[in-house]
Amino acid sequence: MNNRILLAHGSGGLENQHLIQEIFVDAFRNPILCAMDDASVLEMGTMAVSTDSFTVSPLFFPGGDIGKLAIAGTTNDVAMRGAQPQYLSAAFILEEGLELDVLRRIVASMRTELAVCGATIVTGDTKVVPRGAIDQIMINTTGFGRLIKDCSVARIEQGDHLIVSGPIAQHGACIYAEREEIAVSGLISDCCSLWPVVKTLLDEDLGIHAMRDATRGGLSAVLNEWAQQTGYSLIVQESSIPLTKQVEGFSELLGIDPYILACEGVFVVAVEPHDSSRVIELLHQAGHNRAALIGTVTEEKRSGKNPQVILHSAYSTQRLMEFPSGEILPRIC
Amino acid sequence: MIGTEQLYSALRAPEKVHSMQRIIERLYLNYQRPVRIMEVCGGHTHTIVKYGLDQLVPEQVRFVHGPGCPVCVLPQHRIDAALHLGAMPDTILVTLGDMLKVPGTQSSLQQARATGCDIRVVYSPLDAVSIAQKNPDHSVVYFAIGFETTAPMTALLIEQAQQLRLPNLFFHINHVLIPPAMEMILATPGCSVDAFIAPGHVSVITGSDIFTPIVRRFEKPLVISGFEPLDIMASVERILRQLNRGAAKVENTYSRSVTRQGNRKAQMLMERYFEPRPTFLWRGIGAIAHSALQLRAEFAALDAEVRFAECCPAPAPESGRGCICGAILTGQAHPQECPLFAQQCTPTNPHGSCMVSNEGACAAYYKYRRDQ
Repeated sequence: MNNRILLAHGSGGLENQHLIQEIFVDAFRNPILCAMDDASVLEMGTMAVSTDSFTVSPLFFPGGDIGKLAIAGTTNDVAMRGAQPQYLSAAFILEEGLELDVLRRIVASMRTELAVCGATIVTGDTKVVPRGAIDQIMINTTGFGRLIKDCSVARIEQGDHLIVSGPIAQHGACIYAEREEIAVSGLISDCCSLWPVVKTLLDEDLGIHAMRDATRGGLSAVLNEWAQQTGYSLIVQESSIPLTKQVEGFSELLGIDPYILACEGVFVVAVEPHDSSRVIELLHQAGHNRAALIGTVTEEKRSGKNPQVILHSAYSTQRLMEFPSGEILPRIC
Repeated sequence: MIGTEQLYSALRAPEKVHSMQRIIERLYLNYQRPVRIMEVCGGHTHTIVKYGLDQLVPEQVRFVHGPGCPVCVLPQHRIDAALHLGAMPDTILVTLGDMLKVPGTQSSLQQARATGCDIRVVYSPLDAVSIAQKNPDHSVVYFAIGFETTAPMTALLIEQAQQLRLPNLFFHINHVLIPPAMEMILATPGCSVDAFIAPGHVSVITGSDIFTPIVRRFEKPLVISGFEPLDIMASVERILRQLNRGAAKVENTYSRSVTRQGNRKAQMLMERYFEPRPTFLWRGIGAIAHSALQLRAEFAALDAEVRFAECCPAPAPESGRGCICGAILTGQAHPQECPLFAQQCTPTNPHGSCMVSNEGACAAYYKYRRDQ
């Protein structure tokens, strides 16, 4: 096989077949996939389904790569619904000229991450587009998971405690710094599969109402979405939000609010107050050492006012945690 | 990075901020009159609103927000010039990030980029050099913005372009100057500003002495401040001490960065390439004499306003958008007093200049205070 992706690899002919066999089937081998029928047959009960497309520059970054993201990102969404990720589809759009070694590394990384969450790829697709049409590779994955506990934003109640599972904004800061070649040492993406830790939470009968991973838009997007969807305002103690020194330094340097930067391995839990310390304990035991209680769900929607996310500062002052919008831009002066 | 972290955590320590709060309360007991303190730097506005420092000072001590954002004060015809320049064939327009969203008469750079114009955002102006080198068949126009803070970087870029004899790098200079704007505000009849918190980064370049004539002429206390909560609180404390004594002088609570003379090397670089414009139109405020920089005539060959004069419209009166930016920028009104605030005018759809940039006063209130 040539060492680069050619348009012929997407033509449906021999080259296409070689690519599928040698790169994808080899890596993702399992009985369902290897049946090589037009569609795979799955036996499942009540399912949670989530789909996501992945494009990231650079493809490889400290703490992960697009392959790891494509598995962790989708299985995390399934896990957040209280479901065990089991099956995934994977569709690859490849740019003509992509080095096969790059593709192999990405696929190997996907396989590693699949093992972490115990899921398999059961169907897939490959397309090749002319050079310049995309930036090297785009991956879409859809995850299917068996529903274990119905965790949903609709179940959030007044008084719930809000827990964040670890230091926020690491992925966003890492990618931003890599892309703009800003030298801040020690910025590592938090990209990881959350199913193992979610499983330990679901294994106990805890009053968990909702979980959401803080991806694009960061912690701020999750909390603002929850406020909008539930109609309750949320109160968050700013000093409780875990941050790494590196992210703090990065945010200071560029004047970018860490609350709007993406995470890829951090989630927020809304839990009944009497179970919040147990949730934190379990998170700590699972290696999420900086999991912390950051706030609470407060009063009913005030008439004429939109539900808000209100940050309480260490000075006993208050401000909004804004919903992210527009491009993330550093300050000028 | 560790050193920086230690520095800012010390300047944010709640117990220090609270003890300064108590000193301010005591000082105010002796004064007992309304105090309006204007800051003229978007960074200060953000610190005040973000940390809620206005909630920590006595109610009668009010922060009013001046023209502290270089993007906000750029008039429409200058933005239109950027759009026209960016739309020229075989041209790359290079600028700093905050410019993207600012609406010109018809469109914004963000929209222009989406329609295919080559508009690039850089973090350091010097990146324009490599863009020009990599694209010898394109004209590269650096759209320079900012106060005295960023002007030396533009001057450094021009110096490099000269040394490298880059034939395809041009400059559209929009640097504006803070002291003339402060004078304009103080000279406006009915001005109710009692004291200034003077900008920190600008002063690093200019030095604190640049404010002495203003303080002498208008007899208002002026304190140069850093950007941390304790810096601002300490500056309020200095202002109240001056007001209590009936004094008016320049003080500097940002002495870790600001000297009396400023950065001479940066000043020399600016003087070499720039001269004050006879007049410059500030969005929402109007024309202010000697309030902006332009390239010196000897560098006309690099000046996009000369080279591509057909792309650079003449100053024109601003189209009224129903907002009260002028009053906000001169300290006569507060963002939340504008009828359009958070209604028709939002950061996604800004009507007025104070909402367009992240550093504008309205954007700060929208971000941190909407609805409260």
